[in-house]
Amino acid sequence: MTQIKPLGQRPPILRMQMVDKTFNGSVAALRRMNLTVNEGDFISLLGPSGCGKSTALRLIAGLMQPTAGRITWEDGGAGDALGVVFQEPTLMPWTTVARNVALPFRLRGIPFRAVRDRVEEVLALVGLDRFGGAYPRELSGGMKMRVSIARALVTKPRLILMDEPFAALDEITRQKLNNDLLDLKSRMGSTVIFVTHSVFESVFLSDRILIMAPRPGRVVREITIEAPYPRDLTFRTSVDYAAHARTASDALMAAMGGELLEQEVPT
Amino acid sequence: MSTTETNTDIGRPADNNAPMIDADEARRARRVRIENVAQWVLPLIVLALTIWGWDRVVKVNNIPHYILPGPGRVMETLINDWGTLSGSLLVTLKITLMALTAAVVGGVGLAILFAQSRFAEMSFFPYAVILQVTPIISIAPLIFIYVDSKMVALLICAWVVAFFPILSSTTMGLKSADHNLTDLFTIYRASRWQRLIRLHLPSALPYFLSGLRIAGGLSLIGAVVAEYVAGTGGIGSGLAFRILEASYRLNIPRMFAGLLLIALTGVAIYGATSLISYLALRKWHESAVKRDG
Repeated sequence: MTQIKPLGQRPPILRMQMVDKTFNGSVAALRRMNLTVNEGDFISLLGPSGCGKSTALRLIAGLMQPTAGRITWEDGGAGDALGVVFQEPTLMPWTTVARNVALPFRLRGIPFRAVRDRVEEVLALVGLDRFGGAYPRELSGGMKMRVSIARALVTKPRLILMDEPFAALDEITRQKLNNDLLDLKSRMGSTVIFVTHSVFESVFLSDRILIMAPRPGRVVREITIEAPYPRDLTFRTSVDYAAHARTASDALMAAMGGELLEQEVPT
Repeated sequence: MSTTETNTDIGRPADNNAPMIDADEARRARRVRIENVAQWVLPLIVLALTIWGWDRVVKVNNIPHYILPGPGRVMETLINDWGTLSGSLLVTLKITLMALTAAVVGGVGLAILFAQSRFAEMSFFPYAVILQVTPIISIAPLIFIYVDSKMVALLICAWVVAFFPILSSTTMGLKSADHNLTDLFTIYRASRWQRLIRLHLPSALPYFLSGLRIAGGLSLIGAVVAEYVAGTGGIGSGLAFRILEASYRLNIPRMFAGLLLIALTGVAIYGATSLISYLALRKWHESAVKRDG
């Protein structure tokens, strides 16, 4: 188990400074976003549709450039060591689970046989040993998502970006994956930025929640959750958890100016 | 277990004497079995009846063979003339397969070029469409004038007809890669080449294969049409040439025999391309995967 330093003592790895993103010259998807990501953080970007949370993630991933402001990696090295999990599993259907997981290595020109052991190891971590030879279509939705997580973890990235990864799964699978994700995070000491529109998911998973509001997309508040990892059912049913969920809900409500109920409905 | 008896059925295993398959399931299973057999047997029955009916019509009405030969006569011709016909079959088959190969190379090559450069696509795609929509039969005479080798001319005609479905379906396939996967390749800094080999070509495979199935049939059509235009005389005596020749001599049974061989060739090509498609996709693509239940 990798030791994660307490909040406030973690070295920073990435900074977003006054980042703006405007589409078509007029639509402000993100305005003046500041964020320092520290090693070991589990940050949730929580907000309704259109609040810029996915835009923030795409900016960090380098898939688009900010209109204004800066995104800098602490040691200068750009986002080389990124892992990404999308809302859909996004697997290559034409090849096996093991080869899907090996993709980040293959794109660096490393042959499959050289990474086979590492792939097996990560598949075991997500509970899919024995499934390396299966094709994605043979797996359930939750299992496909596990493969996607394994692919994001396989290179031991410095930062893992997750864009509403469990939104399309049923509630039971989702809770199981939430638990497993925390377990993995504790074991590997990974740094995660997790986009979600679920208050409960964000409170359960993260130690920092950024509440975001739409039109223009912006961060309105940060909530820190000190509860230690690993978190389990005890935490889910604790007074602490309920209080944090309440705080996050209220902050979200305030940010939305009361239109929360309408906006919170997942699309 | 030695617990006290409860009055609930929950969790109790089903009665062992109860049938595993209920009447509904049994009916469904029977229907599936019957359909599986019928799929093969029914067309064969239709074939047998057609041949029998054909034979009766010819025999009963005493139709002379230079007007309508009976099926027996056609088979006889096929066997007696096998020496000539098989040679012609080989010629047609050779042109068809060469044209199909050229269509695959040209179609896929152009599609990759289009996928790499939007400007190349803008420049050339309209002309590919024009080539496709102009009936080959109207271009063929010109081709035969300008191209010396009859073989090459035939090949060009068959290629013109066959390459477009491969080009258009592969072009579409190359653009159909999953957007998130494309982003993932960007994040992992994939090179242009890696993108093509590991993402776009596999994504395009099902599209290409469906284009191939159409092109297989079209290359035969192209080869036959071009032969008709080329007409008799000279070398390159394929099946279409034999049919033309037989028609001048009022050798109707031989015309039927030639027609039969062309039809069978078409069926064989379709079967072969379908098989290739199935083998390539059976592991992962919905179109080729058998559903259970």
